[in-house]
Amino acid sequence: MAVLSFGQALKDALDVAMSKDDGVFIAGEGVGVSIHYNPNLPTHGLLEKYGPKRVKDTPVSEAAIAGLAVGASALGLRPVVEIMFFPFITLATDMLVNHAAKLRYLSGGKSSFPLTVRIKAGVNFAAGCQHSHNLEAWLAHSPGLKVVFPSTPADAKGLLLSATFDPNPVIVIEEMLLYWMKGEVPDGDYRIPIGEARIVIPGNDCTVVSYGGSVYTALEAAKALLDEGISAEVIDLRSLVPLDKVCLLDSVRRTGRLVVLHDAAKFGGFGAEISAIVAEEAFDALKAPIKRVAARDIPVPVSPPQEMFNKPSSEMVIAAVRSTVGKR
Amino acid sequence: MGSQQADVGLKKTMYEEMVLIRKFEEKLIELSQQKGKLVGMQILANGQEAVAVGIVKALQPDDVIVSNHRSHGHLLAKGADPKYLMAEIMGKATGVNKGKSGTLHMAVPEVNALMTTTIVGGGPPLAVGAGFAQQYRGTSNITVVFFGDGAAAEGSVHEAMNLAALWKLPIVFVCENNCWAGAQSLSEHSCLRDIAQRAVGYGMPGESVDGNDVEKIYALAKKMVLRCRNGKGPGMIEAKTYRMRGHGEHDHQHYVDKKELEEWSRLCPVKRLSESMLADGLVTEAQLQTIDRQIDAKVDEAVGFATESSYPLPEEALQDVWVEE
Ligand SMILES: Cc1ncc(C[n+]2csc(CCOP(=O)(O)OP(=O)(O)O)c2C)c(N)n1
Ligand SMILES: [Mg+2]
Repeated sequence: MAVLSFGQALKDALDVAMSKDDGVFIAGEGVGVSIHYNPNLPTHGLLEKYGPKRVKDTPVSEAAIAGLAVGASALGLRPVVEIMFFPFITLATDMLVNHAAKLRYLSGGKSSFPLTVRIKAGVNFAAGCQHSHNLEAWLAHSPGLKVVFPSTPADAKGLLLSATFDPNPVIVIEEMLLYWMKGEVPDGDYRIPIGEARIVIPGNDCTVVSYGGSVYTALEAAKALLDEGISAEVIDLRSLVPLDKVCLLDSVRRTGRLVVLHDAAKFGGFGAEISAIVAEEAFDALKAPIKRVAARDIPVPVSPPQEMFNKPSSEMVIAAVRSTVGKR
Repeated sequence: MGSQQADVGLKKTMYEEMVLIRKFEEKLIELSQQKGKLVGMQILANGQEAVAVGIVKALQPDDVIVSNHRSHGHLLAKGADPKYLMAEIMGKATGVNKGKSGTLHMAVPEVNALMTTTIVGGGPPLAVGAGFAQQYRGTSNITVVFFGDGAAAEGSVHEAMNLAALWKLPIVFVCENNCWAGAQSLSEHSCLRDIAQRAVGYGMPGESVDGNDVEKIYALAKKMVLRCRNGKGPGMIEAKTYRMRGHGEHDHQHYVDKKELEEWSRLCPVKRLSESMLADGLVTEAQLQTIDRQIDAKVDEAVGFATESSYPLPEEALQDVWVEE
């Protein structure tokens, strides 16, 4: 066990994977030499350690980066490629959505594509909507892609290692603003099974489901709610695809209430899927309508007061939970 | 200097515009060191002023430019008001885009800088559409798109240049080769030393030019623009220049050879123009100083205006997504 930042934990995962399997290589824009020189960035120091054969700085070419991963994985390598900011995934989606996700199926199960795509995500870092746009629901809507979105250093490491050695394409979404956050991280080849949610704090009155950075918004809300005698259970999904339905449904059956939270826009967001599953499969257990707390249905604005306004706050979660338990 | 020599008035205007860009951005450097003044990263065209000014000077007001993340120079050269740009960079309600954009994607439709994108390689396909509309309507206007050496590696740029050539669209593709794409130098992201060579592959003319020599850029731009206006189809200009600041003011250029920076600083486009004008007896030192002071005042006025402006209301974030009828 070591205390590492989220970014260092990701680097630790890459380091372990690369030392364990020489088929693992990393590629992306600035994964070797970056404009930032910071030990909390996930690929920091790997070029020095593994050399330019395995740490590939690429041109600004997201389609080719994703294609590199698909093609190399077809021949048995384990690529871990990076997309610099979430909205740039749109340039890579042909290779991911039409190819990584579908070619195995099209081969009748003969081929496999053990690739990992790391995406740096972040809302509210003052760069605007072409740098901030959480599109996890798009990716989750592509059968054939696994999607994980960790919130702690240990989960980041465990999920990235599982992703790297998973025989399927896995998208790992990294909340950049957490890169500096520290936590205890198990040593060595530590893996967390993809598809297992985690109950962050148990509670009886209402289930609050979230993932990634918004888990901390949920925790802040849960803490405040406890002071007014409302006990919220906070679930960190960790994996969106496959989804841990058992954990989700079991919790809602116990609490009878559900609030779903994410930093992505509400309409068509991943929260809609969570809500639909609960409505379909645990309707009888619900004591109140499901509530979704999410960003507004607008592109992420840049001006500081508007950026704040757009991001779901713990106050919004508190209000949603209160309303489900019938309090104002 | 040959027959395409810019006249004295033009040179002075170009000097003024380059100084405005330089000083506007030097102010941004200063403000970025004060916490909470500016919003987001500042990607500056310091050292690349001649490209924006030399190209845009060859355009008419109705011609369209499509810009990228390094837009301040392009926009100022096209005639955008520094006050509203500065306010936008501070995220204020009076900003040219009401604070929705910030520095990275400022569009100024008032001066036909219609689309600015920070998606690298996003500009050239947008230019295809703009050039198509100009051709479709039978206007004599043209579109210029600015993109970087790094952007040239995006597939979108290839598609756009091929289509523009095929349909003879009135577009000048301006590749600002500033030797860097983020922390990757040109030789680390392309096998070509002259990106203009690519033009051949699309069936359009392409030429490289000293990107720190505003007169040469202007001369080449005039030639390409005229060709375009006459319906002969697109062309490409590669302006060879250098990114003097980091990629954002938080980038301390740990990967840049300081000797190389020093060499390029000697090729400063603003200094080169002023020295050539002095040598040719077109201006006096005193006249240059007067220009500098006037520009200082203009930049200070912009900062004052932006600083005093208020932020937009939070709920106003909900506006401007849709055209409301
Ligand atoms: C599609 C996309 N990929 C990556 C980035 C991140 N990025 C911003 S600028 C830049 C370098 C671009 O280099 P170049 O085109 O040469 O322009 P310069 O910054 O040198 O003006 C990169 C990689 C982006 N904005 N968009
Ligand atoms: Mg460049």
